[in-house]
Amino acid sequence: MAKERMSRDVIAMRVAKELPDGAVVNLGIGIPTLVSNYLPAGSSVVYHSESGVLNYGPLAEEGERDYDLINAGGQFLQWVPGMSFFGSDEAFAMIRGGHVDVTVLGALQVSERGDLANWMLPHRGVGNIGGAMDLAVGAKRVVVAMEHTDRNDRPKLVRDCAFPLTGRRCVSLVVTDLAVIEVAPGGLVLRETAPDWTAQEVQALTGPPLALAPDLKEMEL
Amino acid sequence: MAQGKIYPSAASAVADVPDGAVVMLGGFGTPGLPQGLIKGLLSQGARGLTCISNTCFEPRADEYNVARLVENGQVSKLITTFIGRPAQEVPALDLWRAGVLQVEVMPQGILAERMRAAAAGLGGVFVPNVYGHPLDAGLEKRTLNGVEHVLAPPLRADFALIGAHRGDHLGNLTYRLTQRNYNPAMAAAAAVTVAEVREVVAAGGIDPERVVTPGVYVDRLVLEEPS
Repeated sequence: MAKERMSRDVIAMRVAKELPDGAVVNLGIGIPTLVSNYLPAGSSVVYHSESGVLNYGPLAEEGERDYDLINAGGQFLQWVPGMSFFGSDEAFAMIRGGHVDVTVLGALQVSERGDLANWMLPHRGVGNIGGAMDLAVGAKRVVVAMEHTDRNDRPKLVRDCAFPLTGRRCVSLVVTDLAVIEVAPGGLVLRETAPDWTAQEVQALTGPPLALAPDLKEMEL
Repeated sequence: MAQGKIYPSAASAVADVPDGAVVMLGGFGTPGLPQGLIKGLLSQGARGLTCISNTCFEPRADEYNVARLVENGQVSKLITTFIGRPAQEVPALDLWRAGVLQVEVMPQGILAERMRAAAAGLGGVFVPNVYGHPLDAGLEKRTLNGVEHVLAPPLRADFALIGAHRGDHLGNLTYRLTQRNYNPAMAAAAAVTVAEVREVVAAGGIDPERVVTPGVYVDRLVLEEPS
C-alpha cells in the first residue's frame, strides 16, 4: 500500500511557519493561496498582491463579496483596516524594488540549483506567466510549495528543469507533501521529512542527491 | 452627440476604432474591466485588432472580456500574461494552434513597465532580466549593478478601454479598491483613452487630491450601463 503523504493544507501549514512577523508576503496561485489560512493568531504578516493591494484580509465568504476586491488569483478578499490600493505597475515596482520579503510559489519543477519552472507545460504551447517571473527575480526570498512528484509519480525536484524556466537560481526552500528541502550552495539539503517517511524513501522520489541536515527531523507544524 | 468628453453610450465611444487598431483593455479579472466598451466593440465589429489585456480567461456567462473579442474573430494578435487556467482549453489556444491568432505572453511586471515607458515618453526601460519569456531572446541586455537587465521597449496603443469608478467632465478619474490595476498605466499609454465609469460628476465633484488618473489622459467618458 502506498504511504500516506501530507495534504495540500498541511503543506500550507508548514509554509506558514516560514513567514516571519511583519514580513511582506506574496502568495502565488494553488497551494500557496492556502497559506493565509494557517497563520498563527496575531501574526502581523502583510499580504501583497499584483492586483494592487497591500495588507488584505482573509478570503471573503460567498455573500460577503465585494466584486472590486480580489487578489491576483481572482479570489475575493475581506476588508481589513490598514489596506492600501495602487496600480499593478506599482505592485511590481514594490516587488523589483525589494519591498516584498517572501513569495510562495507553486512549481512544475525545481532544480538542484534552485531554478524554477512553473509557467509552461511544453505540450500546451502557450504558457501562463502572470507575476511569477517578476517575483522570482524581485522577491527577497522564494519559497516553493508543491507536491513532491508529478501525477505519474516522477520527481519534480530534478537536476535540470526540462520545462521552460521562470527564474534561475531563485528558490531557497521547497516544502512538499514529503519533505522540507533547502537549496544550499552545494545542492539540496533534506531538513525535514513527513511523518513515517524516511530519508531514503524521500531520496527515492527525488532526482538529485539530498544531503542530510545534521538536525534532520520529522516535520513539525 | 458627445458633449465634451462625455459620450452618450459605449457604442458611440468606440464607433471609430478601425480595423487593425492596437487596443488596450483594462482590468485584472473583473475589477476595472470595461465590459460595456468591450460589448460595444463586439457589436461594432472592428477586425484585425491587436488586443493587450492582463488575462484572457473564459468569461462567465454574463461577463465581457477580451476572450469574447477573440472568439468573435476580431483579434489577430493577443498580448497577455495569462491565457487561461492550466486545465482550461480556451478558444484563444485553439485559434493560436490553427495559426489564426498570434499570442505574445509576457510577465505582468514587464507589461506594466512597458506601458509606463510609453506613457512617460521613454525610449524603453531596463528591467532585471526574467528568463524564458519571448522578450528574453531579442532584446538588448546590459549588466547593471551586477544584475543582467533587458531593455524593454515602450508599449503604446491606439485606444485604451478602461474601467474606473467615478469620472468628472474633464476626465479626472478615481478607482475603487483593486479596480485600479492596469487602468491608469493604459490610460497614459494610449493615443485615445475611453473610460467607462459608474458615476459621472461635474468638474469639482472629485476631491482633486483623490484624482488617480488626471483628465489629460482621458479623452472619452461613458456611464456604465446597468447589467
